[in-house]
Amino acid sequence: MMDLWWRFSRNGAALLGLFILLGVIGLALAAPLLYPESPFRVVGKPFLAPFSDYLFGTDVLGRDIAAGIAHGARTSLLIGFLATVVAVCVGTLIGGFAGYYGGWIDDALMRLTEFFQTIPSFIFAILLVAILTPSIKSIIIAIAAVTWPPIARLARGGFLATRHREFIQACVCLGMSNLRVMFRHILPNCVSPIIVTGSLMVATAILIESALSFLGLGDPNIMSWGFMIGAGRSFLRTAWWVCTIPGLAILLTVLAINLLGEGLNDALNPRLRNL
Amino acid sequence: MGQSLSLAKSRFHYILRRVIQGLLVVLAIVILSFLLLQLAPGDAAEVLAGEAGAATPEYMDQLRRKFGLDKPPYVQLLAYVQNVITLDIGYSFRHNMPVLNLILGRLGPTLLLMGTAFVLSTGSGMLLGLLASMRVNSWRDNLISILALVAYATPLFWVGLMLILLFSIRLDWFPTSGMETVAAFYEGWNRVVDIAYHLVLPAITMSLFYLAIYTRLMRASMLEQASMDYVTAARAKGLTERQIAFKHILRNAVLPVVTMAGVQAGSLVGGSVIVESVFAWPGLGLLAFESLFARDLNLLLGIFIFSAVLVVVMNLIVDLVYTILDPRIQVR
Repeated sequence: MMDLWWRFSRNGAALLGLFILLGVIGLALAAPLLYPESPFRVVGKPFLAPFSDYLFGTDVLGRDIAAGIAHGARTSLLIGFLATVVAVCVGTLIGGFAGYYGGWIDDALMRLTEFFQTIPSFIFAILLVAILTPSIKSIIIAIAAVTWPPIARLARGGFLATRHREFIQACVCLGMSNLRVMFRHILPNCVSPIIVTGSLMVATAILIESALSFLGLGDPNIMSWGFMIGAGRSFLRTAWWVCTIPGLAILLTVLAINLLGEGLNDALNPRLRNL
Repeated sequence: MGQSLSLAKSRFHYILRRVIQGLLVVLAIVILSFLLLQLAPGDAAEVLAGEAGAATPEYMDQLRRKFGLDKPPYVQLLAYVQNVITLDIGYSFRHNMPVLNLILGRLGPTLLLMGTAFVLSTGSGMLLGLLASMRVNSWRDNLISILALVAYATPLFWVGLMLILLFSIRLDWFPTSGMETVAAFYEGWNRVVDIAYHLVLPAITMSLFYLAIYTRLMRASMLEQASMDYVTAARAKGLTERQIAFKHILRNAVLPVVTMAGVQAGSLVGGSVIVESVFAWPGLGLLAFESLFARDLNLLLGIFIFSAVLVVVMNLIVDLVYTILDPRIQVR
């Protein structure tokens, strides 16, 4: 563990990512303290420029953009994290069963995975949210539904590689149930690539969430960065900051998660670092 | 002679098998849409007719009969599959037009935009990756890698808005939206120039994300190939580094990029929804965006089915290109 941290901490970009992400997490946690009122509340005149009365100015209705950024951080991180957890669980289950049992189960599950990789994922996500009506739950379901296949492939590969090892055969001989062998003994041995890919998927999930809420498919009761950009896009000519600032927030967060994920990958697989 | 004949035969079998697989995927897509239709609030006839109240009661009855909504689910599924396969994917009351006609009418602009973005992202992505890999860890490599990292993390719609802000509003170089200057009634060559002019910003926006992926992939793949034995052999033969890079490494390094190009096909369709709605580009993506606003679920479903079929076809083409580029992959 110390060794892992040492290798990780020598990677300047990954540390930078860690610091930015910690900052965003801090902002998300502090949002109710910094801006206890609803971010939808009108605080002043519309289109006040940044650094006037309000740090980031106000939007078309006179809402405080800084408050929106802080509360939006909560939304982005929450949805990004939960959607990834769901996708990783679904992917690991499907890939795990495919890799462990093999045969026709493997064939069927992998065809399913390939199918979900073939269909145009963003339109599928839009369709799911539109049909289930926009809410946090439907957005999480939609994001998870389009992001699980890579995890399933990864888990299948890991289970397949571990299944015939001697200690697994020993487990089977001891009379352990299949489920116990799969999740107590095989999974811990192939979990690290799943975690790395999962951590990078949080970034993808945040991008998808922002795109959905930009299109007006966000939860109408919750402030999000994508919604702020969508609401400000018609006023690009008069108030550039309304769109620009939330976009920078998304960019920084996603960049930070990518840097962190890649740093984690390099630390776990030192051989691949120079590639 | 005999060998090349059997090669052609096995390639034909390969293509045939891929086509059959593609058809199965299309069937699965239709079944998936049927399931999605079941998820929607209200019965299928209401969804198919667009928002409630827009359709006449007679048409609703007709729809219910046509889809056999009074019959068991498997009969409904059969009826639905039959309708879709005969290209009857419903009627949009919003637009007063069959869904299929609407989609076909919007197909041209989308294909133009997707094609341009595809060529732009693969071409410049491979070029940038190549440039970065030729001098690893130089300032040029670092600059390209950082740009790729940033482009990879930027939301598409925001890039589009920022490009509009900079190049349309501040600099006034390119138009903010649309595909052509309608009021100008350009014809012939002038019209082509006008459309190309409108195409610049949307195409750049759409290609940026995959440009970043191709750049990183190409760089990694070039570096991986550079440590292979055949490269050492080429160097021992006394070839220059440039010759090795272009004649030997490049051909092998390009394969993962082609694989990724197949994956990109699917997400280009999704990206078009965002890019077209930002730039008001009159294609399928904008149609999807409009149908979202009008709550015209049936139209959205039609676009989903159609674009999924489009992706299957594009994947088929990529597979064919792959077998031509790398004869080893062939036929299993």
